[in-house]
Amino acid sequence: MPGNQNQGVPLLADFGEFGGRYVAETLMPAVEELAREWPRAWADPEFQETYRTILRDYVGRPTALTPAPRLAEALGCRAIYLKREDLCHTGAHKINNCVGQVLLAKRLGKTRIIAETGAGQHGVATATACAYFGLPCVVYMGAEDVARQALNVVRMRLLGAEVRPVTSGSATLKDAINGALRDWVANVHDTHYVIGSVMGPDPYPLMVRELQRVIGDEARAQILAHTGALPDAVVACVGGGSNAMGVFAAFVGDPSVRLYGVEATGEGIPSGRHAATMAAGAVGVYHGMRSLVLQTDDGQLQEAHSISAGLDYPGIGPEHAFLRASGRARYLGVGDDEALAAIQLLARTEGIIPALETAHALAGLPAILGELGADATLLVNLSGRGDKDMHTVMKRLDPAALGLIGEGRLP
Amino acid sequence: MKDAHAHEIAPITSRIGPRFAACAAAGRAALVGYLTAFDPDRQGSLDRLLAACEAGLDVLELGVPFSDPTADGPTIQAAMQRALVAGATLDGALALAAEVRRRFDLPIVLFGYANPLLRRGADALVADVARAGIDGLLVVDLPPEHCAVLRDPARRAGLDWIGLCAPTSTDARIEAVLSVTTGFVYAVSLTGVTGTRLDVDDPALHAQLAALRARAGIPVAVGFGVRDAAQVRALARHADGVIVGSALVEAGLDGAEGLAAKIRELAGALAR
Repeated sequence: MPGNQNQGVPLLADFGEFGGRYVAETLMPAVEELAREWPRAWADPEFQETYRTILRDYVGRPTALTPAPRLAEALGCRAIYLKREDLCHTGAHKINNCVGQVLLAKRLGKTRIIAETGAGQHGVATATACAYFGLPCVVYMGAEDVARQALNVVRMRLLGAEVRPVTSGSATLKDAINGALRDWVANVHDTHYVIGSVMGPDPYPLMVRELQRVIGDEARAQILAHTGALPDAVVACVGGGSNAMGVFAAFVGDPSVRLYGVEATGEGIPSGRHAATMAAGAVGVYHGMRSLVLQTDDGQLQEAHSISAGLDYPGIGPEHAFLRASGRARYLGVGDDEALAAIQLLARTEGIIPALETAHALAGLPAILGELGADATLLVNLSGRGDKDMHTVMKRLDPAALGLIGEGRLP
Repeated sequence: MKDAHAHEIAPITSRIGPRFAACAAAGRAALVGYLTAFDPDRQGSLDRLLAACEAGLDVLELGVPFSDPTADGPTIQAAMQRALVAGATLDGALALAAEVRRRFDLPIVLFGYANPLLRRGADALVADVARAGIDGLLVVDLPPEHCAVLRDPARRAGLDWIGLCAPTSTDARIEAVLSVTTGFVYAVSLTGVTGTRLDVDDPALHAQLAALRARAGIPVAVGFGVRDAAQVRALARHADGVIVGSALVEAGLDGAEGLAAKIRELAGALAR
């Protein structure tokens, strides 16, 4: 169990029975170094100043909080506010974490950066941060995803990163993580592994949450300025769960604010083709942590499925497992078709095309409003923009389907 | 707790310590050989395991296949995938161990990743492992901080708990690993995954092994990247045991014969 430390650097995070540092001995000194150095860096005013300056001048923070009155009207609730992480440089919240971790890597004297990526968004954000800081970058990506996300592979290579396809296992995100972990084992003396979500061995889940909490800190101040009150609920999609933890972090201490995570049920849980870790997973040890994971009765990890490549992961960050177990946050699921419908709804009501990941959060709103009632004010983390998903949308939505919901026509 | 007691059986006596002692008395290092259960399939795996034991392994390290073996290189990853495709399960792996035990008295170490083992429940797993005639557990992603969940019941059942020390391990970490380790300690020879190229003449490796042997109080076996008899011969002077994994998996690709020949070659290089 996490917590039964008998020596060494104590765990930074206490997520009850979840979390921990389940890594091979070769990596343990590097993980301990991070656990020792991260709190020092985060408490160092100079590190904070550099990080905040990069967020302002390069990432484009603070991002806007946008009222969405036509969406609220369509869904029949009082008010919805969108935290616009889609306006970050590179088009999603991922960059907040990457610039922070690469800054930390430089502070630790690391000269090489590695990362995993599924859809390519975290890979692009890491490649971007490495170009910004002038560090070499290797991104591990499942061979299946390399084929499915060719444009992001081009982006990463343009940014100077080396993309290494991983052909083992299911050749998707979980295998990309395995590939990055193996690289790290071999190159731990000079390499920092930029994990892209609130997962992995301690201190990563806590460190990534802290690097993403700027989302929630900004949004809390902004919504108070807009409405004079806290929202009734905060809603975000969850794959690994970093955008959700980033926004939840600022509200977890506000008992009046309900926290909702929306995971991907893909083609439906009974179909077996889903990424509903909360609904269908069991406690397991994988990727350096103890958390929920989709697995067989014999303890083998299962492949996940979602139309959204960013949610296509069989596990979830340990703090989410903890928040669910404690009852502080609730998690629901929506499928591929609902997400596609939600993209269209937001596009037509507010003129914003969200990422397929983000669309899951939006698609969860009717169920949440069913619980909270029409008087509710909601804050939704708009974690990314949808440009990267147009190819998928084009393949899945035929002109007739679009015609059913409005005047639009595909070219 | 009721369940836990239901699984308890009389403690076993591990064969690991006596086997290392016998090898030392014979003036040689012990040969520890790794093979993945169910690679390439159940019968093929059994044939290879029996041939390997017959050919002169001192300790058998039997791997439980896992979908996500992050500490292993391409050879053992592929072996685990073949095994899973062939229908490998934990019960199947334990049954193979039991078949080896019926015919051989060599110590058997069950190697694995935490999830498939913990999925069964620690007490149930330990009971099943002991019943199969296995002598020790080596779980690569259960470091000293987190091992109590499985190590404590394993030790109560008489099983050895094999810990790993890496070239990157600090003094404090070596101390922590040794404090939970029994049977023998696994000295990881290089900073990398299994099957990586190893320089057996590296003075830093010799120093690492000498330091570990000086403080361990139990045998030290060195592994990762050991491929041939020349390397075994060189390492036999610096460790109580030499562990060969990926090279055996490769030697077994063409059948039990090639594997047995490889083991005979390695076993001839253990003299100090």
